[in-house]
Formats: sequence, structure tokens, C-alpha cells
Amino acid sequence: MGVSPPGGAPTSGRERRRVSVVGVAGELLLTAGVIVLLFVAWQLWISDIISGAQNNARAHELAQQWSAEATTDPTPDASEEPTEPTEPPVPTEPAEIVPPVAPEPGDGEVFGIMYIPSFGPDYAVQMAGGVSRSRTLDTIGIGHYPGTQMPGEVGNSAYAAHRTGYGGSPFYRIAELRVGDPIVIETPDGWYTYRFRNLEYVKPWAVNVLHPVPQDISTPAGERYLTLTSCSPKHTAIERIVAYSSFDSFQPRADGPPAVLLPEPPAPTETPTPVKEAA
Amino acid sequence: MYAALWRVLPGPWWVRLLILLVAAAAIVWALFVYVFPLVGLWLTPADVVIG
Repeated sequence: MGVSPPGGAPTSGRERRRVSVVGVAGELLLTAGVIVLLFVAWQLWISDIISGAQNNARAHELAQQWSAEATTDPTPDASEEPTEPTEPPVPTEPAEIVPPVAPEPGDGEVFGIMYIPSFGPDYAVQMAGGVSRSRTLDTIGIGHYPGTQMPGEVGNSAYAAHRTGYGGSPFYRIAELRVGDPIVIETPDGWYTYRFRNLEYVKPWAVNVLHPVPQDISTPAGERYLTLTSCSPKHTAIERIVAYSSFDSFQPRADGPPAVLLPEPPAPTETPTPVKEAA
Repeated sequence: MYAALWRVLPGPWWVRLLILLVAAAAIVWALFVYVFPLVGLWLTPADVVIG
């Protein structure tokens, strides 16, 4: 391909058409238009398909790795690990075991896998420390707000993930959560099950949702909460959608995954989680 | 430009078409996997973080 500016002899009609500057420019513009349309399609649909499948495969791979390590290595009994020393035992009825609390991960360090069966039976996304786009949200999936509590810890364990457009959009269906839907976090220690309670729509600077008791600065934390944040409305960054859940149970690795993660769950119609007492 | 490319390609018309389709698929794949993710970082700051 090349441009032939010399406009000397007029070509005979039957001969090959001359490559003109305008013609090349037009073709380049058409090509650019097609690329822009491809980008829009990628942004809206294809990126989610590609990254979502990658997220899912990586998460399942990690889960298999953990279970393989647990069977080969002698696992410490998770039920005997103490949590915060000053913390009184919290009366959560379904869980007799005080869940172990892992140390807070470094930026971009994968520490867990989130399962939300109501997002699809195969849904599994890796969780890592930090909420930067380049290191966690675009590349790994779900990010843990630094300074908030870890899964199983008394207080608020808060996470962010994309809802549309990037990183597989782990929270694409966050607005479809129903009361009581299980949200399970797997770590090398075991499975932490939370139950969804309610949604809230806030402004982007509403940091109170990250407090140990969300939206309540004065009350000391007495329960275990899980907070998921994403953007709202879809494809915009005008507001944030926040999904609150409360702790339901912990299952140590030796006991295997909880029933809500097994195929064909027996239609969990449990009552909503106990209402917090410290409020 | 594309007409010149068509003339440069060897073989009968269906071979040329095949070459072009394969090349187009490779270009689209490279765009989806490598180029667009980089461009996306700069274009739309779809922020999901609070604070």
C-alpha cells in the first residue's frame, strides 16, 4: 500500500484505479470508525465476558490449590485460634466457632475468594487487598478497603468491585440481591458465610458506610458486617451502591464447603440473620 | 489502500479472502486483549471506590 501523489498521466478507465490521498484518508477514517465501534462493544460486553471467565478460572484454580494444600499439610485447628484478645464472645447463634481472622493483606495480595450463588452457581472471584484500579479492581476482581476489618472479624469488612466495564464486573448484579442471599468468602482457613440484608445508595464520598457499624460512628461494633460497594447507576460514577450483609456462620476447612456452595442447594429459606443487639 | 492490499495478496480470490479474514481476526483479538484494556484505563474513570 502506498500513496502515489504524482498526478501526471490520467489513468485509463480500464486500468487499475490510482491510489489517491483522499481515498486513503477516507479508508483510514472508516477503519478508525470501525475500531471505535469495536471498542464500545468491548467496553459494554466483551470485556466482561473475557475478564469474567478469567476471574472465574483463576478463583477456582486457587480454591483447588488451597484444598490440596489443606489435605497434604497438617492444618492447625482453626477453632482454637484466638481472634482479637480484647473482644468478648459474640453470640451468633449458628456459629459455635469463633471464626479465625486473617491478617490484613498487602496491596494487590490475593487473600480470599468470594462466592455469591445468586449471581450464578459458578460465580467465584478472587479478593485482594487495596482498592486501586490498576493493582486490584481491574486486574484481580474484588478489593478490600484498607483499614476495614477482615472476614470474620467483629466490625465491618468492606469491599469494592466494578459493576460495569472492567475487570469482569464482579458486582454487575449487585442490585439483584435478595434478603438472606448467602455471600461466602473462602480463605485458607475456611468459609465465612454472610447473609445479605439491604442496599443503600450513597454519594461517592459517604465514607461512613465503611465504619465498623456502617453509617453509625458512635456505636462500638458488636457484630460482624460485610459491605460491598460499587458504582451506580450502571456505567456511571455519579453515586455508589452499597450492599450490607451480616455474619451468619464460619465453617473450618476441615469441614468442607458450606451447603450453600454445594451443587443443588436445598433451597435455603432461612430466616434473616439475627438483628444486631448492640444498636 | 485496501484495493492495493487486495492486489498485493497472492493467490486466487478465496485465498486472498482467507488471508484477510485471518488477519482481521488477529487484529481484533489483539485490540480486545491488549490495546483496549490499556485505552480503557485512560478513557473512562469508572470509579467504584467510596472516599
